Amino acid sequence: MGRITLQGVHKSFGALDIIKDANLDIEDGAFVVFVGPSGCGKTTLLRLIAGLEDVTGGQILIDGQNVVNVPPAKRGLSMVFQSYALYPHMSVRGNIAFGLKMAGLPRPEINRKVEAAAATLNLTPYLDRKPRELSGGQRQRVAIGRAIVREPKAFLFDEPLSNLDAALRVQMRMEVTKLQKQLATTAVYVTHDQVEAMTMADRIVVLNAGRVEQYGSPLELYERPANLFVAGFIGSPKMNFVAGAPASQHGANTIGIRPEHLRIAGEGGGWPGTVSVAEHLGSDTFLYVDAAELGLLTVRGIGEIHLKGGDRVWLSPDPARLHRFDRDGAAIRT
Amino acid sequence: MARRVTARRMVVSTVAAWFFGFLIFFPILWMVLTSFKTELEAFATPPSFLFFEWTTENYATVQDRSDYFHHAMNSIIIAGGSTLIAALIAVPAAWSMAFASTKRTKDILLWMLSTKMMPAVGVLVPIYLLYKNLGLLDTRSGLVAILCLGNLPIVVWMLFTYFKEIPRDILEAARMDGATIQRELVYVLLPMAIPGIASTLLLNLILAWNEAFWTLNLSTSKAAPLTVFIASYSSPEGLFWAKLSAASTMAIAPILVLGWFSQRQLVRGLTFGAVK
Repeated sequence: MGRITLQGVHKSFGALDIIKDANLDIEDGAFVVFVGPSGCGKTTLLRLIAGLEDVTGGQILIDGQNVVNVPPAKRGLSMVFQSYALYPHMSVRGNIAFGLKMAGLPRPEINRKVEAAAATLNLTPYLDRKPRELSGGQRQRVAIGRAIVREPKAFLFDEPLSNLDAALRVQMRMEVTKLQKQLATTAVYVTHDQVEAMTMADRIVVLNAGRVEQYGSPLELYERPANLFVAGFIGSPKMNFVAGAPASQHGANTIGIRPEHLRIAGEGGGWPGTVSVAEHLGSDTFLYVDAAELGLLTVRGIGEIHLKGGDRVWLSPDPARLHRFDRDGAAIRT
Repeated sequence: MARRVTARRMVVSTVAAWFFGFLIFFPILWMVLTSFKTELEAFATPPSFLFFEWTTENYATVQDRSDYFHHAMNSIIIAGGSTLIAALIAVPAAWSMAFASTKRTKDILLWMLSTKMMPAVGVLVPIYLLYKNLGLLDTRSGLVAILCLGNLPIVVWMLFTYFKEIPRDILEAARMDGATIQRELVYVLLPMAIPGIASTLLLNLILAWNEAFWTLNLSTSKAAPLTVFIASYSSPEGLFWAKLSAASTMAIAPILVLGWFSQRQLVRGLTFGAVK
């Protein structure tokens, strides 16, 4: 079991509030991703769950038990650090076995478990090597091995893939997701990369300035963002925001249109503008259109659009996929 | 762009390095050579460098007149004991300063180090009286205590800088893996810091071995280490250069050998943290 519940969790360093009243319910076996811009408090929130930082107020429940006064070692969680944090003086075997040794398990059982974990992660040939003799991806696997071998209630991942190159990151992303589903263990994963968040998560927590802005499934966040921040943060390229008269027409203070929901209309149909930059990616074309008082609008179209900088275009938003926001930035639901 | 090293520049700098190296080493070499001369030849003008009658009689006389092994044993006990006790105090102190620091940690470190800037002679009288009243004069435990306390600021400071270099994540990983603070120290921190601890203790050992001010003032015979043994050869009856040289050579030999075998550790220790 690994149900994690946060009730009114608050954390401040001196006068500075890092986490403001966080309430979350992470179900057993779920893969939950904390995402947000740097400095939003996502790593702090993870460290509060781990017990590496003390909460200033509120409760953290693991399987119904309040753990705020329980040291990290006794919470039954394992953590994978951004820097891997392997013990440099121990072999791969020693690294993976360390937690089991601390738990006082008999040696044959430790060996059996370490070898099983190594086999799962394709680390068997490297068991007697030191971390410095491994590549970045292999080190990452050792860090994951160290986490899974203890059969914890939940895994905590602190930006574990950010030190890997792009190709390896995609591969490890799939492996981590597959492994988590296979083990059916709760995972809390911190990242600033929204692609990681969208592809790996069952549910995403969007954080901003220490506040939980929205908690929901990836598509829910994409299709029904709760406010301007989430709407602007989720989705790439970013959502276009238009204020003023066009927004008032729809009974809103601001309307948001995703680049993929802006259509290029025939002459005279929609908002006029001039293509400022056209990026042809092959599969997609991104157009940055200067639409006078509406500002710079981004359009995502199919690869075969042959427009270039300086061309005149007319843009019309898909009315069914328009997002409306009130004066405070909150979404208006109909 | 890397600077081009020409052959000429290379030769010049090599010669200069050897020259300055020899200049620094010369007094030690001269002392060793003098220890093998007769007293008469030790005074000779012009001095003879290599071509004199080599003799080992000074060594025999020195051993006869004052017991070298007694003093050497005192030096080992005093330097070793003060180093060991300093390590036992400094490791936990440096750990807490590096990993559980507060707003005042830096101030405490600076204050500790500032005590080393005070001239020792300034507190000689109070300490002498304190030792006299406590019955610690001319005792090995008294010398162990003063040398340990004297060097502690340097030991704590050096260990602190070493521990600071150890990534916090690794200690936190150990904590997540279920290690208590004690086990975190024994299984993770100490093995990772062994090179740093070794060079710190080595430096402390050398400092304590060579320390002359307190050992000369607080001991006479029973607890006297090798520094007192050397000093006894500059006596009111006159200077015996050859015998003094023999005594000095015998006194510095152990630490010289130790320093030779551990020079890599020492250099690493002294320049640690200078380049990142």
